[in-house]
Amino acid sequence: MDELLMRGGGWFLAALIAFVAAASATDTGFAIHMSIMCAAGLLAAFASSRGFNFAKGRFPALTPDVASRYDDDLIRIGAIMTLFWGVVGFLVGLVIALQLAFPVLNLGLEWTTFGRLRPLHTSAVIFAFGGTALITTSFYVVQRTCRARLAFPGLARFVYWGYQLFIVLAATGYVLGITQGKEYAEPEWYVDLWLTVVWVAYLIVFVGTIVKRNEPHIYVANWFYLSFIITVAMLHLVNNISLPVSWTGTASYSAWAGVQDALTQWWYGHNAVGFFLTAGFLAMMYYFVPKQAERPIYSYRLSIIHFWSLIFLYIWAGPHHLHYTALPDWAQTLGMVFSVMLWMPSWGGMINGLMTLNGAWDKIRTDPIIRMFVMSLAFYGMSTFEGPMMSIKAVNSLSHYTDWTIGHVHSGALGWNGMVTFATLYYLVPRLWGRERLYSLRMVNWHFWLASAGIVFYASAMWVSGIMQGLMWREYGADGYLVYSFSETVMAMFPMYLIRAFGGLLFLSGALVMVVNVWMTIAGKIREERPMTETPYDAEADRPIVGTPAAIQPAE
Amino acid sequence: MSYQALRHFADSWGLLFMTLTFIGLAVWTFRPKARPLHEDAANMIFREDDNV
Repeated sequence: MDELLMRGGGWFLAALIAFVAAASATDTGFAIHMSIMCAAGLLAAFASSRGFNFAKGRFPALTPDVASRYDDDLIRIGAIMTLFWGVVGFLVGLVIALQLAFPVLNLGLEWTTFGRLRPLHTSAVIFAFGGTALITTSFYVVQRTCRARLAFPGLARFVYWGYQLFIVLAATGYVLGITQGKEYAEPEWYVDLWLTVVWVAYLIVFVGTIVKRNEPHIYVANWFYLSFIITVAMLHLVNNISLPVSWTGTASYSAWAGVQDALTQWWYGHNAVGFFLTAGFLAMMYYFVPKQAERPIYSYRLSIIHFWSLIFLYIWAGPHHLHYTALPDWAQTLGMVFSVMLWMPSWGGMINGLMTLNGAWDKIRTDPIIRMFVMSLAFYGMSTFEGPMMSIKAVNSLSHYTDWTIGHVHSGALGWNGMVTFATLYYLVPRLWGRERLYSLRMVNWHFWLASAGIVFYASAMWVSGIMQGLMWREYGADGYLVYSFSETVMAMFPMYLIRAFGGLLFLSGALVMVVNVWMTIAGKIREERPMTETPYDAEADRPIVGTPAAIQPAE
Repeated sequence: MSYQALRHFADSWGLLFMTLTFIGLAVWTFRPKARPLHEDAANMIFREDDNV
């Protein structure tokens, strides 16, 4: 009975505090957010008290039947939510791409302007789609590689739903205009505090599962997941140190100012790329690519070197976001040099993933899931080549503040993060729901081509648009005046904006094909379709020679 | 600690410490005795398939 009171009552109390905070809010945004938290607290109170056995006065213990299986309930929900957030994020991306081409689509409302929808898009794809994928797959992989059930199942549920609440708070915050103005760290102080609690709980669940493992060795994917969890905690805490103006209002001031604030922000921002979008997704790669290819990773040693090199190099690369600013010159050079050094481990990791297929290259032709993994690794290689190149000061003087940067980010995010997540979900869905196979492999193939073509349209349009923009900005006339005004560059980019939006449409369509495929797989249907490969068989030719063979002429 | 002192520590002893730690970790990975361990670790993810 005490346990019921602790769980249900605790959540009810939390909801009550949120209710009081909502009632005494100094601004509308805070009132709305606290109402959301209050509703979430009530839901949690209800959900955590469910299943209580009043006759015995306790929660039912784990039956041996359940204890002998992996804790996959959350992973099933996570797989669906990942896909859901993906579609939402891609859709908002398409909308803002069209807004850039046709400003009328801002609708003249403050909530739907580009400035508010852009962070909604970036956070929806990075933190909602990517973050849910990372939490979901990390819970899947850590159980399998440790051969143990998740530690602290209650806490794991808190991590999962707490993170979803963070996403809802962040997303509604952008639309309402609540922001602390830091890229990828827009949510205000109270949302940051909530995420900190969730993230510490995540660390406890993950490490707890590793501690109770039944395998002596900690598989390398878990190293990457752990580095992602720890580094994101550190980055989040340092970059978000701030003082709220009021305990019942949204506004706050950062503890950092001026160039220190800029450097802290880009130390955070670049390592969000390095540890959230790279280390975390590499963890997925190091487990799911070998599993789908049915062969061990090409070189386990190389994977360890890959790990330590990323850890030691990535953390210094942030200053390349601040070339030619007030940041001291030595710090800019440091950022550039470390970015260039990152070439080596990135390519080492890409080669390691690709060479896992050594001796089974035919799978690229026959298995569309492997094809997706290979494409994601190829994009990992391409964007980690492009990134260091763009961090070189001379290149950066052309590329910075232009669409080239946007193109680079999307070749990494759509190509690497998107593709590896899609392939992983295709791997997971039949296993999680106990299906023989996916509804349709041919639809995976369609998804692959739609997404790949979409990325090509997107990235090439942004290369052209970005380089053109950069060249137009730096074009001086004979007397030292600037030849082009800003609006002239915007007008010149219009056709490329249309091509970019078309690429985004293709990518979104691919994701919708995936939704149908996953939906039908979960429903237990199997599509009648021609297999991906057919080894030709001619029944007519497959017979012995009968009758008299042609006489063999003896040698003279 | 002043900015200058921190900066000098960072580009001397700090840098040396980080470099040596990294090289140490990299070399440690290549010790000959670890070969069977790595082999085993790489194949560990397939053991669950037969649930041994």
